[in-house]
Amino acid sequence: MALTAEAIMDTMVMHPEALSVTALPKVVAKDVNVYYGDKRALQDVSVEVPNRGVMSFIGPSGCGKSTFLRCINRMNDTIPSCRVTGKISIDNQDIYDKSLDVVQLRARVGMVFQKPNPFPKSIFENVAYGPRIHGLSHSKTDLEEMVHASLAKAGLWSEVKDRLAESGTGLSGGQQQRLCIARAIAVNPEVILMDEPCSALDPIATARIEELIDDLRKNYCIIIVTHSMQQAARVSQRTAFFHLGELVEEGVTSEIFTSPKEKRTQDYITGRFG
Amino acid sequence: MTDIAVSGAGPTHRVDMNSAEAQARVRARYRKEARFRAYGIGALTLTTVFVVVLIADILVRGLPAFWQHSLVLDVTVDPAAVSAGGKTDASTIRGADYYPLTQAALDTALPGITARSAQKQLARLLSTGAADGLRKRLVADPSLVGQTLKTPLTLSATADLYLKDRTPITTREMRGTATPSGTSGEVTVMTSANDFADTLVLIKQRLAIRAEKLRAEADRLELFAGEAVATRVKALRDEAAALQQRIDQPKVEETLDGKMPSFLVAINGGLVKISKIGDISITGDVLLPLRSTDEAKPGTWQLVTYETPESNRKVSDQEVAFLERFSALGKVERAFNWTFLTAGDSREPELAGIRGALVGTALTLIVTLALCLPIGVLAAIYLEEFAGQSRLTDLIEVNINNLAAVPSIVFGLLGLAVFLNFMGMPRSAPLVGGITLGLLVLPTIIIAARAALKAVPPSIKEAALGVGASHQQAIFHHVLPLAMPGIMTGTIIGMAHALGETAPLLMIGMIAFIVDIPHGFTDAATVLPVQIYLWSDLPEAAFKSKTAAAIIVLLMFLFVMNGMAIWLRKRFERRW
Repeated sequence: MALTAEAIMDTMVMHPEALSVTALPKVVAKDVNVYYGDKRALQDVSVEVPNRGVMSFIGPSGCGKSTFLRCINRMNDTIPSCRVTGKISIDNQDIYDKSLDVVQLRARVGMVFQKPNPFPKSIFENVAYGPRIHGLSHSKTDLEEMVHASLAKAGLWSEVKDRLAESGTGLSGGQQQRLCIARAIAVNPEVILMDEPCSALDPIATARIEELIDDLRKNYCIIIVTHSMQQAARVSQRTAFFHLGELVEEGVTSEIFTSPKEKRTQDYITGRFG
Repeated sequence: MTDIAVSGAGPTHRVDMNSAEAQARVRARYRKEARFRAYGIGALTLTTVFVVVLIADILVRGLPAFWQHSLVLDVTVDPAAVSAGGKTDASTIRGADYYPLTQAALDTALPGITARSAQKQLARLLSTGAADGLRKRLVADPSLVGQTLKTPLTLSATADLYLKDRTPITTREMRGTATPSGTSGEVTVMTSANDFADTLVLIKQRLAIRAEKLRAEADRLELFAGEAVATRVKALRDEAAALQQRIDQPKVEETLDGKMPSFLVAINGGLVKISKIGDISITGDVLLPLRSTDEAKPGTWQLVTYETPESNRKVSDQEVAFLERFSALGKVERAFNWTFLTAGDSREPELAGIRGALVGTALTLIVTLALCLPIGVLAAIYLEEFAGQSRLTDLIEVNINNLAAVPSIVFGLLGLAVFLNFMGMPRSAPLVGGITLGLLVLPTIIIAARAALKAVPPSIKEAALGVGASHQQAIFHHVLPLAMPGIMTGTIIGMAHALGETAPLLMIGMIAFIVDIPHGFTDAATVLPVQIYLWSDLPEAAFKSKTAAAIIVLLMFLFVMNGMAIWLRKRFERRW
């Protein structure tokens, strides 16, 4: 059997330890500081996110993990008082460079939010919106095919195929979140950011989303912020622990949870604070 | 105290539900809540009562104005009168004088009216625009010239008002045989029985009441000093004494005046208004000519009483006699007053309509909407979504909020100074009115639109930005459609505000008396509230009900607009 790219991929997925950071870094952050007005929310965060697979950011509330996540697609730009210094690059391209168009960046870096937020439009329109504004489809059938593929990848197709014209807000919470994921992957982003995607969902819907994340990691670079350490352990290959605006420790998930180097990490994962 | 509290193991403060103090507190809370509810219900009741009384009052006053009486007469269209030189083209027919035709029709319908004053009063029953309908019919179909047409002729406002609120009329059969002395002019009617004795007693009773009133008034005035008062008291006493003299002589005949109910004798197809009444004879003027001077058998002639004294009525006995006769002949027709909805303003109440004001209102509101909606919404979007936080935007925001509270007359002065005097726009035009009202409504729309934009959850915008929509795309594709029902509601309420506005329009000359219906944005026009204001100022009684009717139309306009606002909100409301 030939050693195809897929086979290599599978190996890496089966053995997360094999994923070396230096091998395929997708997102590279160097000395990132974020200020809200005078308040410094992030202090000199440097991290590298691999090309494929799931990286999770954990840490107590207010530690800056969501803030850092929102720096990666420059969502923080919408907050007037927010200021970012340092360097974040995706595929060696500085995303805070003046010449870079933030809208195109966001097409490459999709995002799924904490609370499911489908547009109050039909299920079809929800998924079709991204491809449409980016001019990805050239015909109606093309667009329909994209919607189908995205919904199928998000594991929602069989549930909604007969009611694509119904409002996306009429779905259950878990379905809405999967619709949001389908919407994000409809424009084929390279990176998907997920900001506590399961915190508003029940355990069954959560399990469903986790399965989906596990499927998606073969093709996407996924960064997930979560409060649930079990979830981080289940879905991610690498984990970064944030505390009080600092990146305390980053490494292979199994190592972080079994033999953390830092005391603060150990205290957090054993439930001593946070 | 519980054991736990004593032992110190549990919390020391705990609500003891059984203590008198706690129960008193609960009762006090219930009392407070009940009182609050009572206040609420009271306020609501009071408002409801006010609204119901207001609307009922307007309806009672205004609804009759939607009906108009007319006389349906056979009008012979004399070719000589309407088509000079044999021409029957539209302009000749339109320009013809129809007065002789309607007069001829009246004479035919009610022959034998010869006295000049009676003829004049008969002619005055018809509106000056009585033949307008006939004129239109003839212009549309000139072949009707020369024929006799059954035509409704509009009655004058006074006649119309009388028919809407008639004086009570009683009729009593007489027992004697009556002989009239003539068929027209002043006549005497003698009867073989003392038919008029009862009436005479009745009149004397009325005189007694009047004398009593005069004496009471004199007694009251006597309490005051002064020469003028003394003179007046003397006059009152003399008048009372004179009346008393008449009352004391029961058999002497009485002269009737306008302060008494009117007594008439209906005999031989005619009507005689009694001026002197004795036991067995009366003297009076013929209002409607008698057929003959033949004897009238018992039971074939009647005494008719118009209960309201003539001096308390707008119509004379002669006019009442005419109208009652026409009514009895079945010539009076009551129909929906289309003139009110299709005509422009007029000095004659029966010809006045609100179409001019309605069209003026519509044109003005179109200008206002066309100006306010785009400017207001774009300003709101810019301020809410794009403008940064700076001293300048703060200043603008404060000023917009202040503008919404500026008295409307100030906008009128601004319109006068800027649009009329400086820019030289036409006076009284819907264009200027619309722009002025636009200034008035703009802050309302901006505030409403900003509130509506702010009410859209930020997660929607984030979602759009998250899939790579630009800021502008996110707003125009997602936020604005969701805010649209709120913006529409705010806009319609703003427009309703503009619809009811009078003061700024007075300043720019939209208060002129305008008969023509405006056809464009620069024609002279007026609007509904100004029309109402103008009519409410006129002395004619008929305009009182026209005013109320115009208010009804204005309220309907408002209800429709508010209904539309509610419908839009329900129709396009989205949940997320």
